[in-house]
Amino acid sequence: MSLPAASRGRAALAPAIAFTVLALVLSIGAYVIAGFGKRGQLPATFAVYASIFAGGYVGGLLVIRAFAARADPALFPTAAVLVGIGFAMIFRLSGGLAAEQATWILVGLIAFAITLVVVRDARMLDAYTYTIGLLGLLLLLLPVVPGIGQTINGARLWVQIGPLGFQPAEIGKVLIVIFLASYLNQKRELLQVATSRIGPLRLPPVKHLGPVLLAWGASLAILFLQRDLGASLLYFGIFVVMLWVATGRASYLVIGLVLFAVGAYAGWLLFDHVQLRVDIWLNALDPDTVFGVGYGQLAQAQFGMATGGLVGTGLGQGSPGIIPFAATDFIFAAIGEELGLLGSTAVLLLFLVLVGKGLRIGMRASDGFSTLLAVGLSTLVALQAFVIVGGVTRVIPLTGVTLPFVSYGGSSLISNFVLLGLLVRLSSGPAERRRA
Amino acid sequence: MERQIRKLGLALTALFLIVFLQINYIQVFAADRIANNPANAKRLLIAEYKVDRGSILANDGTTVLASSRRSPGELRFQRRYPHGELYAHQTGFYSYPFGRSELESTFNDFLAGTAPELLPQTFTDLVLGRPRQGATIVTTLDPGVQEAAAEAAAAEAGDVAIAAIDPTTGDVLALLAEPSYDPNLLASQNPAEVREAWDALNADPEKPLLSRASDELFPPGSTFKLVTASAALENGFGPESTWPNPPELDLPLTDETLQNFGGSHCVGGRSTITLAEALRDSCNVTFGEIGLELGPEALAEQARLYGFTAEAGEDLVPFDIPWVSGVFPAPETFEGRDPAVAISAIGQQDVAANPLQMALVGAAIANGGSLMEPRLVTEVRDPSGRVIATFDTNEFSRPLSPENAAAMTAMMVSVVQSGTGTAAQIPGVTVAGKTGTAQHGEGADPHAWFVSFAPAEAPQVAVAVIVLDGGSLGSEATGGQVAAPIARAVIEAALSG
Repeated sequence: MSLPAASRGRAALAPAIAFTVLALVLSIGAYVIAGFGKRGQLPATFAVYASIFAGGYVGGLLVIRAFAARADPALFPTAAVLVGIGFAMIFRLSGGLAAEQATWILVGLIAFAITLVVVRDARMLDAYTYTIGLLGLLLLLLPVVPGIGQTINGARLWVQIGPLGFQPAEIGKVLIVIFLASYLNQKRELLQVATSRIGPLRLPPVKHLGPVLLAWGASLAILFLQRDLGASLLYFGIFVVMLWVATGRASYLVIGLVLFAVGAYAGWLLFDHVQLRVDIWLNALDPDTVFGVGYGQLAQAQFGMATGGLVGTGLGQGSPGIIPFAATDFIFAAIGEELGLLGSTAVLLLFLVLVGKGLRIGMRASDGFSTLLAVGLSTLVALQAFVIVGGVTRVIPLTGVTLPFVSYGGSSLISNFVLLGLLVRLSSGPAERRRA
Repeated sequence: MERQIRKLGLALTALFLIVFLQINYIQVFAADRIANNPANAKRLLIAEYKVDRGSILANDGTTVLASSRRSPGELRFQRRYPHGELYAHQTGFYSYPFGRSELESTFNDFLAGTAPELLPQTFTDLVLGRPRQGATIVTTLDPGVQEAAAEAAAAEAGDVAIAAIDPTTGDVLALLAEPSYDPNLLASQNPAEVREAWDALNADPEKPLLSRASDELFPPGSTFKLVTASAALENGFGPESTWPNPPELDLPLTDETLQNFGGSHCVGGRSTITLAEALRDSCNVTFGEIGLELGPEALAEQARLYGFTAEAGEDLVPFDIPWVSGVFPAPETFEGRDPAVAISAIGQQDVAANPLQMALVGAAIANGGSLMEPRLVTEVRDPSGRVIATFDTNEFSRPLSPENAAAMTAMMVSVVQSGTGTAAQIPGVTVAGKTGTAQHGEGADPHAWFVSFAPAEAPQVAVAVIVLDGGSLGSEATGGQVAAPIARAVIEAALSG
């Protein structure tokens, strides 16, 4: 796995500028149109938010040129467009939330810059396997600690320290992926050994199944302790995928799927809220239940998207405010309503571009750790987007996670910018020593 | 690891493809079915009230009968009817939960801006992010005439319904019925308020949502003698044709007799009477004889030409809002019922009409025997004022030859000059008219009718008036006393305009 010739020097400047300008135009444009749609005039906040976008995106471009010159020129702009669409939608839903989101975008961009500046070489993360893993686990479990943990909307995900509330699991996810990349890279060969077979499946020695069972147990623990179905699914999915990519053993996928099925079924048997989720998923539009709590939420999302139709009502012209949690969990439905099938498809495509680029970075990386890290981070974005978008569109039962880069929320936005920073770092390779 | 990553890429793409197929299903294939779920009421409501619905104007092009105005609430526009009850039966109402009626319903495509003629406009609005604007409807209603009709009706204690038509064009100048309702109550954006108003209107035994001028039927009484007389003229009898003049008419096959109004003997008990005299004095006996002489086929044929249908609601004279034309049963229903023929010939029993129908009869006579279709809307203008649709006048039928129309006019002039309708006289204007006092049901006071047009030489307006249950005079009422003065007031307003 060597770097292709084209990416050895600095990446061409023109495409990077062109993509960034495009992202800037789309983001500010969507926000201005939302303003006109809402009030029929240029938003009063135009100068402030336009400067934040312009300053932030140009700043992001400059940091990339300075510290990751060979980075893929489209990676940052693709995420930036998602952020812009999300911001326009949030602004359209609530001026107050938009002000907060603008702050988070700024903080997120700073986190992105810090990531690129501090992590000069992704491989340096490989040295702290267990430190990072432990830290990730701590962050995951922090909300369960009595006194600082908060239960909001039925899930114990929040930590409140003084006036500052945040969801530590968001950044915890990224740390866990780094840990898994490092851990699996070290144990790859060990885990690849097959000693027994069942039919076409070649099974690894039982003692090496330990990690799979451990991850499965941890996922179930999250489900039990935090009642967070979405996160539980996500961690287990990422773990199984990374394990399979690292070892090439399909048996891990099969075992993973079986364990997932068992876990899901057990969860369904044991927990009322899981049963309710499934029932809501199946019967959201049933005339008998459509007005019920939970059913109504999901039904409103369907109504919003259906009302939007092919081209949508136009930004600021629909009624996505009717959908509960429209700025967070249900932002995809709000986009579907106001930007139509064209808009929601565009969002899906942007995620595909982002994930595709991430996987390509993984294939081109020079070492196993970088490959697994790129694949893990990309899979995290892809699965999280699928879990929430699939939930909102009733492909799968709804579990509340944010839509990466798009949804309102500081913890989510900041950790996704850190994730983006890592992907940009991986696509560029180690930063060059500055020549005087 | 490259092989796995490629497979992973495919698998993740497949996941997104599933979502893509699902949003195609939600947003395109099943979109209408999903969006029309009753639980989506709020969004449908908001969408419906987001359109800057077009105005409905009077014939002067400036008087606003219905319009939309910006609303501060969640619903962007609010429908307003500045004149309340006055034009309610023509504009109809626009109510989210209970739908639309009358012009609000029949011209909804234009008013809501969904008509194909408005596509360029709608597209521009879409691009500029402006609310969709509907087109403006210009009606034939004349505020001066409609207000005069309302005033005259209000001065009469009983319930009144009035229709005024321009005989040469069929333009409906006024259409007024008591009781009416305030459509603003149904256009309210407070669902509880609307429901309460709706329930009250529907529970009202007087049925205010229906117009007695065009939606309901009453026996036309002696005003139907205009149709019977027309049939006589068209079948070869002249105004001076003479008829036997007994004090009462023995009805064949029964012991019963048909009597004149108040049991009187027409023209002082002379042995014969002319058609013109019989019309002038509204002699039931003579018209019973004429009906029996002409037979049900001739009467039905004449009634059809005037727009009467065999059964309520079928083969209507076209009109811009739903209405019910007069009814004269099919001839075969009279088989073996000769008395019914005589009684129907004087507008009782099987015959029914309303002011709009009787105004059409008057208008056809006034217009030289040509019946113009009633017209309520002349043109549609887009939001920039450009005319995008016009509606022509149409002749419906020719119930009379010009000569017979002139003869009918002369006879109707004598009704007002020296007959039962003298209360309709206007100094300096020759008014033609016909009174009616229609019995309906045991013990009920008769409906008082007057059908008229003026000026007789060059008619500009035909007016039909009904005062229900005799109005202020009750059982003593006649069309000449109660209804004719109201018709006179409406004619005066129409001629002064």
